[in-house]
Amino acid sequence: MKHTISVLVENHAGVLSRVSGLFSRRGFNIDSLAVGETNDPTLSRITIVADGDEHTAQQLEKQLNKLVDTVKVRTFSPDELLTRELQLIKVSAAPNQRSEIMTICEIMNAKIIDMTTNTLTVEICDSPVHLHRMHDLLEGYGIKEIVRTGVIAIQKGSATIK
Amino acid sequence: MIRAAKAMVRCLEKEGIKVVFGYPGAAICPFYDELYSSDIKHVLVRHEANAGHAASGAARITGKPAVCIATSGPGATNLLTAIATAYADSIPLICITGQVSTDQIGCDVFQEVDITGAAEPFVKYSYLIKDAKRLPEIFREAFYLAGTGRKGPVLIDVPVDVQNEMIDFSYPEEVKMRTYKPTVKGNPVQIKKICEAIEASEKPLICAGGGVFLADAKDELLKFAEKSGVPAVSTMMGLSLFPSDHPIYLGMLGMHGVKSANRAVNECDTMILIGARVGDRAVRSPSFLSQSKQIIHIDIDPAEIGKNIPVDIPLVGDCKSILAEMSEKITERDRSEWLNEVRAIKNDIAINEETEGFINPKAFLRKLSDRMPADTICVADVGQNQIWCCNNYAFKESGRFLTTGGMGTMGYSVPCAVGAKMAAPEREVVAVCGDGSFQMQMMELATIMQEKIAVKIIIMRNNKLGMVRELQTNGYGDRQIAVALDGSPDFVALAKAYGIESDRVTTMAEAEEKIEKLAASDKPYLLECNVYKLESTL
Repeated sequence: MKHTISVLVENHAGVLSRVSGLFSRRGFNIDSLAVGETNDPTLSRITIVADGDEHTAQQLEKQLNKLVDTVKVRTFSPDELLTRELQLIKVSAAPNQRSEIMTICEIMNAKIIDMTTNTLTVEICDSPVHLHRMHDLLEGYGIKEIVRTGVIAIQKGSATIK
Repeated sequence: MIRAAKAMVRCLEKEGIKVVFGYPGAAICPFYDELYSSDIKHVLVRHEANAGHAASGAARITGKPAVCIATSGPGATNLLTAIATAYADSIPLICITGQVSTDQIGCDVFQEVDITGAAEPFVKYSYLIKDAKRLPEIFREAFYLAGTGRKGPVLIDVPVDVQNEMIDFSYPEEVKMRTYKPTVKGNPVQIKKICEAIEASEKPLICAGGGVFLADAKDELLKFAEKSGVPAVSTMMGLSLFPSDHPIYLGMLGMHGVKSANRAVNECDTMILIGARVGDRAVRSPSFLSQSKQIIHIDIDPAEIGKNIPVDIPLVGDCKSILAEMSEKITERDRSEWLNEVRAIKNDIAINEETEGFINPKAFLRKLSDRMPADTICVADVGQNQIWCCNNYAFKESGRFLTTGGMGTMGYSVPCAVGAKMAAPEREVVAVCGDGSFQMQMMELATIMQEKIAVKIIIMRNNKLGMVRELQTNGYGDRQIAVALDGSPDFVALAKAYGIESDRVTTMAEAEEKIEKLAASDKPYLLECNVYKLESTL
């Protein structure tokens, strides 16, 4: 089962390595990790998507809480969250395929940001499910390269992590 | 304005540090230069790991963080094993390392190593000080972190140029950390629930671990056990919490434990884990245990609860105040029926037939504990000698047992004994080791001699790495490899070469006389015991 964990940490040197080191050390598998400064510049927010059973998720949360730099840890179920990931996808596109791909991009709410005689580079920012579908749609043309930011997540409604 | 190096010394003085253990080098020289004019005593060890182990011994006796020091690069990496050992056993240490100059960090210069990076998996926290102004605040924080919550080692890496900067010195009264707030007080609802569960149970059992020592809750534990009438076992780290002959005490549990303790674990219906983390050597299949018993787990570290064993009633907090509260709430009860059931199981420790020219280490250690003063600190190393101590050295109420149960680091006993003796000079300190482990620490004979530290060293010499030999015999078809310790020196002569009194014992007939000589000496003393090469652990 996939778990999305939001961690508020002190925004100073060494914190990210402490957090990422914890995962390998304790044998937890992570799908993605995204980090950035928050509205309070002394804090960073890390969003982690990890795979594992309920026991693993609980342990993960406890071990993260144990880190001295951790301010707050929250594990969310998917229906509590709005999730987004930004991806840049370079796809093979012969001149006669361009318009098809452009239509896909339009429908999928993606943007073409670069073009050569035989490639298109697509920018898409959406939920993981939607991105997965986009991969399926583009696969047939030949995906040459994908760069992704990792999933970030925020609670639905007015609730915040404080 | 004072030099930051002076501020480092002042910080240690403010924390009440009287003795530090270390080994100097270029990158830590400004600090040593300031130590020159301080009243803090510096003990020069002969290997940096031993500075860490000695600090561990001191910390465990005083209950407060102790300090070890090493220089950058190899000095710092030599310290790593001691840091990891302290981490596994939750011992509060302040480890100060010198670092190359800030402008050279990352350039792979002479004696440079990323020690905060290397130590990361086994420190409670670490600092690389880049801004000298923050130094007093960092030291204050480090001591606070090391000595509170689940205790552990904290590393402070100080570049040599930072040590030479001038700063305004004022030591912060308070520590302000928004991220670190260990839960100290146990939840009263859970405490009530636990007391009710114990009262409702027919065959409850206490399993006490090293956490009880760390919380300084030995008296509270005894009081609770006596009032509630609940029998108790201990983990290796919890040994000497109960006097060995206490009526409700059943001995050490686990892989190398005694029958009465293990049977009690098997038969009980409720197990109360206090400051014990259900390590693999204590409980081999925790899930099997939790299926048939109610598990109550009291620990200061929330992450320990549910980590190794599923728990029915968890309680996070400092076990000193928790046990005091539980003692008040619990109804006095006589549980002699259950107690007698498990006490009836006798721990016939195989007193092997005496082989000519050898002592029986188990019987010898019993004799030793009979002779030594009640408040003796006994430090065991790792291997067969450790288990022999655990199961045979009889602890009295004021006695104390020290060993590394978590990491199992060979070469721990002598430096740990040095630290313990520095912290409690009026108490007898005996280090028991094997001929394998002794040779990982024998350079410390020089430290002992230099500082006239009157520790007593007992070497169980069987010319084998006995525990691995036994494992090879039982698990690998007796294909013995790399366990013979041929080529070892005459330890009695070796000690004499350092000017340390020493002797050898080869039969049980002379054991008492030799023990008497060791106990009567007020100087450092080394006793080599000849042990049969195939002597068994249990």
